[in-house]
Amino acid sequence: MSSPFRTASGGRIDRTTTIEFTFDGQTLPGHPGDTLASALLANGRHQVATSTKLGRPRGIAAAWAEDPGGLVQVEEPFPEPMLLATTLELHEGLVARGLPGQGRLADVPDSARYDAVHHHVDVLVVGAGPAGLAAALSAARSGARVALVDEQSEAGGSLLSGTDQLDGVAAPAWVAAAVAELSRHPEVLHLQRTTAFGSYDDGFVLALERRTDHLGAEAPKNVSRQRVWRIRARSIVIATGAHERPVVFTDNDRPGVMLAGAARTFLHRYGVLPGREAVVFTTNDSAYDAALDLSRAGVRVQAVVDARPAGSPQRREECERAGIRVLSGAVVTGTHGVERVTHALVAPFVDGEVGAGSAIACDLLLVSGGWNPAVHLFSQARGRLRYDETLGAFLPGEQVEGLSVAGSAAGVLDLAGCLADGRRVARAALSHLAIEPGADDRLPTAPEPAVPAAPLVLWRVPDTSGAHGGSQFVDLQRDATVADIARAVGAGLRSIEHIKRYTTIGTAHDQGKTSGVLTSGITAELLGIPVQDTGTTTFRPPYTPVAFAALAGRDRGSLFDPERTTALHEWHVAAGAVFEDVGQWKRPRYYPEPGEDMETAVLRECAAARTGVGILDGSTLGKIDVQGPDAAVLLDRLYTNLISSLKVGSVRYGVMCGVDGMVIDDGTVLRLAEDRFLVLTTTGGAARILDWMEEWVQTEWPELRVHCTSVTEQWVTFPVVGPRSRDVIGAVFPQVDVSTEAFPFMTWRDTTLDGVPVRLARISFSGELAFEVYVNPWYAVPVWQRLLEAGRPYGITPYGTETMHVLRAEKGYPIIGQDTDGTVTPHDLGMAWAVSKKKPDFVGKRSFARPANQDPLRKQLVGLLPVDRQTVLPEGSQIVEFRADGQLPPPPVPMLGHVTSSYRSAELARPFALALVKGGRERIGDTVHVPVHGILVPVEVTGPVLVDPEGARRDG
Amino acid sequence: MQLIACPWCGPREEVEFSYGGQAGVPYPADPAVLSDEQWAHYVFFRDNPKGRFAERWNHSAGCRRWFTAIRDTATYRFERVSRLDDPKPVT
Repeated sequence: MSSPFRTASGGRIDRTTTIEFTFDGQTLPGHPGDTLASALLANGRHQVATSTKLGRPRGIAAAWAEDPGGLVQVEEPFPEPMLLATTLELHEGLVARGLPGQGRLADVPDSARYDAVHHHVDVLVVGAGPAGLAAALSAARSGARVALVDEQSEAGGSLLSGTDQLDGVAAPAWVAAAVAELSRHPEVLHLQRTTAFGSYDDGFVLALERRTDHLGAEAPKNVSRQRVWRIRARSIVIATGAHERPVVFTDNDRPGVMLAGAARTFLHRYGVLPGREAVVFTTNDSAYDAALDLSRAGVRVQAVVDARPAGSPQRREECERAGIRVLSGAVVTGTHGVERVTHALVAPFVDGEVGAGSAIACDLLLVSGGWNPAVHLFSQARGRLRYDETLGAFLPGEQVEGLSVAGSAAGVLDLAGCLADGRRVARAALSHLAIEPGADDRLPTAPEPAVPAAPLVLWRVPDTSGAHGGSQFVDLQRDATVADIARAVGAGLRSIEHIKRYTTIGTAHDQGKTSGVLTSGITAELLGIPVQDTGTTTFRPPYTPVAFAALAGRDRGSLFDPERTTALHEWHVAAGAVFEDVGQWKRPRYYPEPGEDMETAVLRECAAARTGVGILDGSTLGKIDVQGPDAAVLLDRLYTNLISSLKVGSVRYGVMCGVDGMVIDDGTVLRLAEDRFLVLTTTGGAARILDWMEEWVQTEWPELRVHCTSVTEQWVTFPVVGPRSRDVIGAVFPQVDVSTEAFPFMTWRDTTLDGVPVRLARISFSGELAFEVYVNPWYAVPVWQRLLEAGRPYGITPYGTETMHVLRAEKGYPIIGQDTDGTVTPHDLGMAWAVSKKKPDFVGKRSFARPANQDPLRKQLVGLLPVDRQTVLPEGSQIVEFRADGQLPPPPVPMLGHVTSSYRSAELARPFALALVKGGRERIGDTVHVPVHGILVPVEVTGPVLVDPEGARRDG
Repeated sequence: MQLIACPWCGPREEVEFSYGGQAGVPYPADPAVLSDEQWAHYVFFRDNPKGRFAERWNHSAGCRRWFTAIRDTATYRFERVSRLDDPKPVT
């Protein structure tokens, strides 16, 4: 197979190797070094897809990331949508197709790896074109720590697209020498295929390195596919070059219409002729290089159409020598052709008026409207831009600390100027960092810059087609035209941000790389205001699209959100536990026996704990060790009840409130010594309550001699619960007198088991006789097994969080965060008994005296019993009340409150619920209604304690 | 991502820190003597200036120390940080 549009020689492709790829079902040849776009053009193919909205044929219009036309879907080696043919490096076996709209994500997991690296440098240079290379060389020669990143497959930037000589050799040879020199500096990191896509505060830049994409199926599996570099630089040099700007004219979207500079790139870098017969339409001198180079390579250049009245005398002479016709004071007003341009319509252009025109046959129409500096990274870092009247472009308009712009990104458009600017900017950055420049820091000798004729700023050619700009495309990806901008302006929009949102210009894949400045210019023209006043829309990261997989990197699954497991986890798994997530913890929810569902398992577990003995892994309970002479003072200030009166060896339940008087956590406190407490928090509150204590100690009461530290993971906790729990504990710890008299409720004892320290506490979260067993996690499994062994005669039953919840709800014990929501006081929970009246102050106390806290209609915690003894009310259900006449009030029906916890009770042999109900305690005995699946279920309001309200069971 | 200079650890990335609102709002010496309105001002009311603002910050994923920062709310620039036992910073 041969490619008809491949030049006989030249280009930076490897002609010795031919690779095959498939596009739209057709197998085509290409070479290593090609992009998909250059390979398609080499095979004579311009059209890539049709446009999303209008279905118009669209093709390759640029040579890199600014191309608005060539979006493709890759199918193999791995499906990926919305890639640009111009930036996709060709590899063997690539299968792709043109994308007329939405792409297709893979429906199988991506097996590739993505990762991230942090890197710190003195100077980061973005872009390895002439300015960037000069800057990087200058910085490297000083010995500074330097990173140079560039998004293309090899360094050189525009030097690879032309015919310039540096230091007397072809520019690519100089580039190779520069890269070799950089590699000899030990402190230089040089990355190609790496796009700096976002610049943020304090010298922080994110860059995406495509490490294996270009290798296709050959990609080694042990290398991450893409890597995000998180670079923190003391100084950043932005040398990102410039994008050529099109001129808008009628039917300017046809395949075969291409930026002039892109044609030069395809020719010199890839050895591809983008057409046979070309017309070149320009407003400035740069496009003449494309005309002359293509002509030399054998393309028939039909005409250079220069919109400037006098054109460029010097360049006209060169063209005439090459036999190229130059039409000055003329414009392209339109095109013919459907799937490929066939004619350019050319007409005289005098004082903004278009004259009568004629059609010139061509299969390639090159356009240049000037150059837009790629100021994206500068602008993202909040650098202000200024409009340059001469260039018709926005340039960096101020000095931003730690950030400088060099070369054509700063509006310098000649090679010698870019090289000098790169070095100047790098040296300024070094001097700011107090780093001495290197000794031999010379610039290469570059060609003397020609003095260009002044460019003309022309955003669009007047529409002579009668369509009023309806097919003058500004944003090809959004199918948005001059007519759309006119409509936006006509609707009264003036802000460029509003016009962007109204027309959708700049919101597609390319984020307005070619359309943004055009829109500013055309809008200014339509409004009759200076372009500076229109400004640009805000540049936001990413500069080019970045896959979510790359951003996520290794931070997926349990590496993103760690899974915490208790020391008994393996045992739970072996016992067939069904787990639930409680914060980051994996907790057994229930332990089904064969054939059991959750409901039957939980009823069985509940019955065991209430009639025999159950055992729970409660290790996730938060534990804070509070030590110091003022420990009791701190706890007195943070708990609503008095802690300082607690005796060593005893336990007290306590409630904590915020300054607003609302409950934030509850739990028990063990006094270990005069100056030491063990504070137990809810599982979810462990970190938060430690922070809360720290905040008060550090910021308000630094005089308190107290220290708080988490010991959650230093102790496992096994509540042994039920009337037979005393027998179990007594059997395992025979040296401990477990009688009620010797070991009363709400006390703790230290003991040992085979020499291992164990703490026992008479704490109950179920209302039953219960002992909590605390031990070092290292001994969790043997201690747990000893307890199971001792409990076997009594049918000891491990239970999970679901049974724990049912047991506590039957006793009316609230779960903070489930039965409360940040608007609930201890009084609302019926816990006035836990609020000290003796203490002059504690956090939250003053708020209890607010009038709102005295409102008898505050929501209060009550129990609910569905009258039908059947329905399990869904948690979160609203509660309503019938009028005296037995009817619902008219809508909106007032809501009395909501169900906070709801379960089926083995003990009660019926479902029950806890709820927050307005004036709930006054309603005890009333019947209210709960809508469940469209039916109003009558429920009786009760006190929150439904099992053993007199507390007779706690001592067994 | 900004760098925030923890007065104990030096410059660290902002994700390591958590915000604690306005600085210099002490817990009242005797809340019981305050009117409801005065108490509500302590609990709920905070300044919201454009410009320099004294704020409480916590190096929560680092040394877990609270400190005070003078920050410009318009530019996000941290102008000064101080330890809680330093003399009170002036905005």
